[in-house]
Amino acid sequence: MAASACPAPDRPTTTRDPFAPIHAARLAEPAVSELIELTAAEAAAKLRAREIDAGELFEAYRERAAGNDLNAFTWVADSAPETAPDSPLGGVPLAVKDLFCTEGVPSQAGSRILEGYRPPYTATVVANVTRAGATLLGKTNQDEFAMGSSNENSAYGPVLNPWDRARVPGGSSGGSAAAVAAGLAPWAFGTDTGGSIRQPAALCGIVGIKPTYGVCSRWGMIAFASSLDQAGPFSRNVTDGALLLSHMVGHDRRDSTSISLPEPVTLPTAQDLKGIRIGVPEELLGGDGDGMGVEPGVRESFEATLRVAEGLGATVATCRLPHAPHALSAYYLIAPAEASANLARYDGVRYGLRVGGDQTLETMYSRTREEGFGPEVKRRIMLGTYALSSGYYDAYYGTALKVRTKISEDFRAAFGEFDFIVTPTSPWTAFELGAKTDDPLAMYLNDFCTVPMSLAGIPAISIPSGLSEGLPVGFQLAGPALSENRLIDAAYALEQAIGFDGRRARV
Amino acid sequence: MLERAQVLHVARLARLGLTEEEVERMGEELSNVLDHVDRIRELDLEGVAPTSHAVELAGVMRADEPEPCLDRDVILAAAPEPVDGGFGVPSPGPADDDS
Repeated sequence: MAASACPAPDRPTTTRDPFAPIHAARLAEPAVSELIELTAAEAAAKLRAREIDAGELFEAYRERAAGNDLNAFTWVADSAPETAPDSPLGGVPLAVKDLFCTEGVPSQAGSRILEGYRPPYTATVVANVTRAGATLLGKTNQDEFAMGSSNENSAYGPVLNPWDRARVPGGSSGGSAAAVAAGLAPWAFGTDTGGSIRQPAALCGIVGIKPTYGVCSRWGMIAFASSLDQAGPFSRNVTDGALLLSHMVGHDRRDSTSISLPEPVTLPTAQDLKGIRIGVPEELLGGDGDGMGVEPGVRESFEATLRVAEGLGATVATCRLPHAPHALSAYYLIAPAEASANLARYDGVRYGLRVGGDQTLETMYSRTREEGFGPEVKRRIMLGTYALSSGYYDAYYGTALKVRTKISEDFRAAFGEFDFIVTPTSPWTAFELGAKTDDPLAMYLNDFCTVPMSLAGIPAISIPSGLSEGLPVGFQLAGPALSENRLIDAAYALEQAIGFDGRRARV
Repeated sequence: MLERAQVLHVARLARLGLTEEEVERMGEELSNVLDHVDRIRELDLEGVAPTSHAVELAGVMRADEPEPCLDRDVILAAAPEPVDGGFGVPSPGPADDDS
């Protein structure tokens, strides 16, 4: 893309005599736009080599983040924190989804009920990457308590998609996805419960990784559905995603469901896919069954990517996941059920909003929750409470847990024959703001291709595969539990062959 | 269709206040979602064990040793109405029954 498409950097420019001698050191100093164009891995390397300055890099991003018109951030740092240039990440700034607790910094999870809440402690994954040298640039907007697929459920307003500001960035980690796509941050944290990293990554033309359940500690992550919630990175490319993930993972004694990967996350190097067997589940691509149709432009990009994979030496064949079409139903019982229990803590007693007045304890609870929660959160609490209530527990929640077993078994069987399973990440590209807000069920269908992996707890990655009518399309690869390194390697080989150019969104 | 009384009952269980308009809308919206998810009840799941968690973990224990926690003042700083070093709450009110 022509450099002339980029506006002048947001810096005061001075008129200078073109014949005046230029000091050699000034010549070597990169301009702001050059700093922004560095990938996170490149920036980290240059910081460690003292070729760029951490303070200048932070300020370049800070200005962009603070001045953005996408509503991607709910809080932006005032100034660069102290950094250790010899640390692995050397001071590369990081945007963090608002639901990660950050000590002394607003952590509101997109909800009115936590407005102004500044936690007294920091989430483990944030502490892990900070120790590795990442600096906190800002907190990103999100759907309230991560419930949504368009970022229109935030109490702090919707986020706009940088590819087309009339469209949604996806959700629930919409602020993080939009920030990375628009070059307001080099990379970001998101969380994925049913697709909340992968779907916005797809709709914004960037890379999103949902790791195996448990490899990132959930300690300090404001909970939605605890058996599904998992943190992961957003990045411009696969290498950056691997680099950030490598510093996030690890068992944490404060999260007894956390686990260790068998080996460290390594940076990808694969140039081909020789000997790799790729399965395409017909149940997730069919036009019938659950009534889910993949948009023609998305299907075209998906099929073109399968040909790219074959060109790299992979074999591609149809596979079966018989219960996958039921994953969405199981998910929309299990996740709300867990949410209804997790969100019981917002009762106006220990933190956050309290609606006071002359009343009893119970009316204080009810009125606080009535005013503090938005419509989608109320819907999920109601759905979850209903699914767990006496007389309906076995029929709904109990049945959903059995379907979850069948979905895991389907994947286990498929991975006996295939190394990876691939789908379009989202059935469609970014849709217009307001297009699905009146129909909760239509909104839930966004997650059709991403929830099966969430229920099975397996890792999946979304990479951009191309454009359809000017909007990015995401390609999802999923692998067996703990296969992160192989999955990232395969995604990298595809990424190199596809050559997607996301620079237009950074204008 | 979820009836009004059911909506109010579930809202009471969740200690969730709803406006009149929300009560009406909720019945219809929840019914639409339940109609969709109802399809899983047609599956043959006889003898299938439930999965509540994707990772098999059992009995994670740690040593029962006291360790420092956050200071009381730090915790109470976030409380909407701290009273005498604790969380202040309104009166539970008179008992509903046996009165």
